[in-house]
Amino acid sequence: MKIDRRFFLKSSGLAMLGIGFAPGFLSRALAARASPNKKVLIAIFQRGGADGLSMVPPIGDPHYYSLRPTLAISRPGDGELTAVALDDTFGLHPALAALKRFYDGGSLAIIHAVGSPKPTRSHFDAQDFMEAGTAGELSQDGWLNRAMQAYPQNPSSAFRAVALQQNLPRSLFGTVPAVAMGSIGDFKLRTGRLSTLASRSFESLYTRALDVAIRNTGGETFEALHLIEDAKLEEVPAQNGAEYPNSTLAKRLRDIARLIRADIGLEIAATDCGGWDTHVSQGNAQGQLAGRLRELGDSLAAFATDLGDQMADVCVVTMTEFGRTVRENGNRGTDHGTASAMMVLGGAVRGRRVLGNWRGLSEPNLYEGRDLAVGTDFRAVLAEVLASHLGISKLTPVFPGFDRSAAALRLFG
Amino acid sequence: MCFKRSHLIFAAVLALSALAAGCASGRQETARGEAANPAGRIAIPPSKWTAEKQTNHVLNRLAYGPSPSDVQTVQQIGVAAWIDRQFHPEWIPDDAVTAKLREFPTLAMNTAELYARFPPIPVQAKLAGLNPANSDDREMILHAIPKEDLPRQIPVELVAAKLVRAVESKRQLQEVLVDFWFNHFNVSVEKGQVKWMVTSYERDAIRPHLFGTFRELLGATAHHPAMLFYLDNWLSTRDSDEHSAKKGEPKKPGGGRTGLNENYARELLELHTLGVNGGYTQKDVREVARCFTGWSIDMPRYIGDFAYRDKAHDKGSKVVLGQVIPAGGGQEDGERILDLVASHPSTARFIATKLIRKFVSDDPPPALVEKVAHVFLKSGGNLPAVYGAIFSSEEFWSDRAFASKTKTPLEYAVSAVRALGGTTNGDIALAQALDRMGEPLYRSQPPTGFPESAEAWVNAGALVNRINFGLALAANRIRGTNVDVSKYVKPAAKNSPDAVLDSLSSVILGRPLEPPTRVAVREALAEAAGEEAHGQKRTPDPLMVAGLLLGSPEFQKQ
Repeated sequence: MKIDRRFFLKSSGLAMLGIGFAPGFLSRALAARASPNKKVLIAIFQRGGADGLSMVPPIGDPHYYSLRPTLAISRPGDGELTAVALDDTFGLHPALAALKRFYDGGSLAIIHAVGSPKPTRSHFDAQDFMEAGTAGELSQDGWLNRAMQAYPQNPSSAFRAVALQQNLPRSLFGTVPAVAMGSIGDFKLRTGRLSTLASRSFESLYTRALDVAIRNTGGETFEALHLIEDAKLEEVPAQNGAEYPNSTLAKRLRDIARLIRADIGLEIAATDCGGWDTHVSQGNAQGQLAGRLRELGDSLAAFATDLGDQMADVCVVTMTEFGRTVRENGNRGTDHGTASAMMVLGGAVRGRRVLGNWRGLSEPNLYEGRDLAVGTDFRAVLAEVLASHLGISKLTPVFPGFDRSAAALRLFG
Repeated sequence: MCFKRSHLIFAAVLALSALAAGCASGRQETARGEAANPAGRIAIPPSKWTAEKQTNHVLNRLAYGPSPSDVQTVQQIGVAAWIDRQFHPEWIPDDAVTAKLREFPTLAMNTAELYARFPPIPVQAKLAGLNPANSDDREMILHAIPKEDLPRQIPVELVAAKLVRAVESKRQLQEVLVDFWFNHFNVSVEKGQVKWMVTSYERDAIRPHLFGTFRELLGATAHHPAMLFYLDNWLSTRDSDEHSAKKGEPKKPGGGRTGLNENYARELLELHTLGVNGGYTQKDVREVARCFTGWSIDMPRYIGDFAYRDKAHDKGSKVVLGQVIPAGGGQEDGERILDLVASHPSTARFIATKLIRKFVSDDPPPALVEKVAHVFLKSGGNLPAVYGAIFSSEEFWSDRAFASKTKTPLEYAVSAVRALGGTTNGDIALAQALDRMGEPLYRSQPPTGFPESAEAWVNAGALVNRINFGLALAANRIRGTNVDVSKYVKPAAKNSPDAVLDSLSSVILGRPLEPPTRVAVREALAEAAGEEAHGQKRTPDPLMVAGLLLGSPEFQKQ
């Protein structure tokens, strides 16, 4: 049934083309079949360096409260403005309370004190390295793209990899095509009265373009346009009573849920959320950071509710380029630090655990006397997600130089 | 009260603008300019290129693309003379743009005036007896305040002015450089009070220093409240751990001077000067931050001027990049840092690389980087010398460089309007098209600004939005922006598909159409003719041809 639908979409895309317009990429599209593997990975990048110590406060660590006199999240207690206890050592920020249900239900795991083995406090380098999937080295392509290279689908869908944002993130740079779009609603040609003729002419123009990058992007663009036009995705409502908040991240996750439901071959989706660079007036249970966390938590909860049983095939992983200084600075904020926290949410996740190598916040355990030290390489988390969730066996090309054997987290199964 | 004030300011702006227009206009000024212009500082290397190709290239790179009138100017006075004149915007009359900019009174206001004219929404709410913390009230507030009194009017006018200048100004290199340097020293109106400060930032810190030295430009940004606010330096004070006035005293609510913030110091080294591998350490970042303690803002929510606060300054000695900054330097500590980094070889290489990436190639040729960095150091960071070294290089005028760079969304949209000889009043519709293509003007949140290289801009969603823009523009469907495609199709030619295609492609692309593009457009025209043969019309539709050309792969390149 699903196979038929996808095949039909592809074929109808071809049928729209007149004689004389038979671009090369369509032969691949024509042969498309549904992949037996329906797993979907969603990567959310919290840009700006999110404070792991506020997201998942170490409520059992007395140093946390002495080093963060105004910013610490209070120990679990009465009222909404205290941490939500996860265990004796860790809590959740109260703005993430919507995720507690998934934690308790066993589909959310947290990895704390996670970061790069070769840390940098430059946003841009740290983001580049994390998206490259390397320890402090730049690469031409990103880890998500290399994951798809290591996991060939022949033939594949134009929607195999999608970024729900205006520009493609570095993690998706590479030889496997990926689509970036601000929203599903934005992704259509507005040809007015010129209608399909103009659309076909552009298709012809782009498949003949001399510039290779533009030609490839053009081919994928039109393939994707045909698919999405037929699927009428804008009209798909949220299910299971899910209520998405009114925020950018929520809208993007809602579109991702629609793409998953449409069964048009989505395997990897990526999106950003910003505003984590809290140098000034970070806030504690309320305030600037709490607002960002509420958007994240409520959006993720709505997404998981919306997909319901389909979450069995879905895994969401969050990451940020670095954590923040353990001590608050003079402006009730925090400066660039080192390790932070990641979340992994999915039906197959062995959740209800805070993982990672936590050494505490006593002075000798801090990195360079100021930051949460890295206990777990971020690639250990990502590698396990790729191996266990997507079933990618060969990870060396995805994370060159990373030895996985040393760091099994057993996030799944 | 508010209104009265705004009228006064508006009158003052009018008077000032009239004065400025009077000074800058007139043939006398032009003639004097030309006389003062030594015969060609820019030496263009010998080339096999035709004059048309040179014109096309120089207008694609040093301007926002060729416009019919600028093509004419370059052909009249020659490429080298045109570049020379662009180095002296004051020699180039620009009355039409000056007149248009009078529509935007905020451009001439300082930060305090902007606060008075557009008080922050919570302030306006309190005046109206509403509680800004209450979300029901917040809706009412937004409805109660007239649109033209909302603070967002400030960026709306700024964006409009930027687009008017980019499309219509004769001082094209100036506008290209404002964009480049603003982006290099990026601030974002999305952060706090920056919205009220950014008008002055572009006008007073960036614009006057485009053709001065790098040190002057750097200094102007370092002092400006927009930068001090955006990168938090205004709050950075000597560390409380070392200099606590009263030990054990609890920190006062609402902040107060309590410690070091290293945000500006880090980005100064990483993004503004040395570059991330420019040879500094975390220790250097801290030491630089200490030097800039006390560089702050006078009443950032009402006045917004630079203020040095000696009490907040760390008076100890510092060591930066191996250089000792002795104790007791006060505000001068910051100046010494700026001197040090502005003349550093890493800075020379970093700035040369960025400028070459902008003007020549996404992959800056190493030999050219070395050459330009050398000019930077030798000239003491003299920017015209640096630009000149690039614009007279073999690499700039090479076949490898020609039409090789992908336009950014701003370059794409503006070059499309210019190609058709169009005009704009800066209506928000044009800026919204840029948002959809991924370049929201003045709203790039990270301090890196917008990317320059193609890889960041070429993707499916952006391509769809570029094509949509080309179609909408050709059909003159962008509100506030006007083009007329039909004037480029001669009546005699309008029945011939080839003639229509030839005349529109020469206007829009200014270079011969690549064969695949010609084939594709011809096929579309043939099919359209076939479809319409059953009706009456058989003439090729110039709007479709223009739309296809503007949305074509070739027009994405410069």
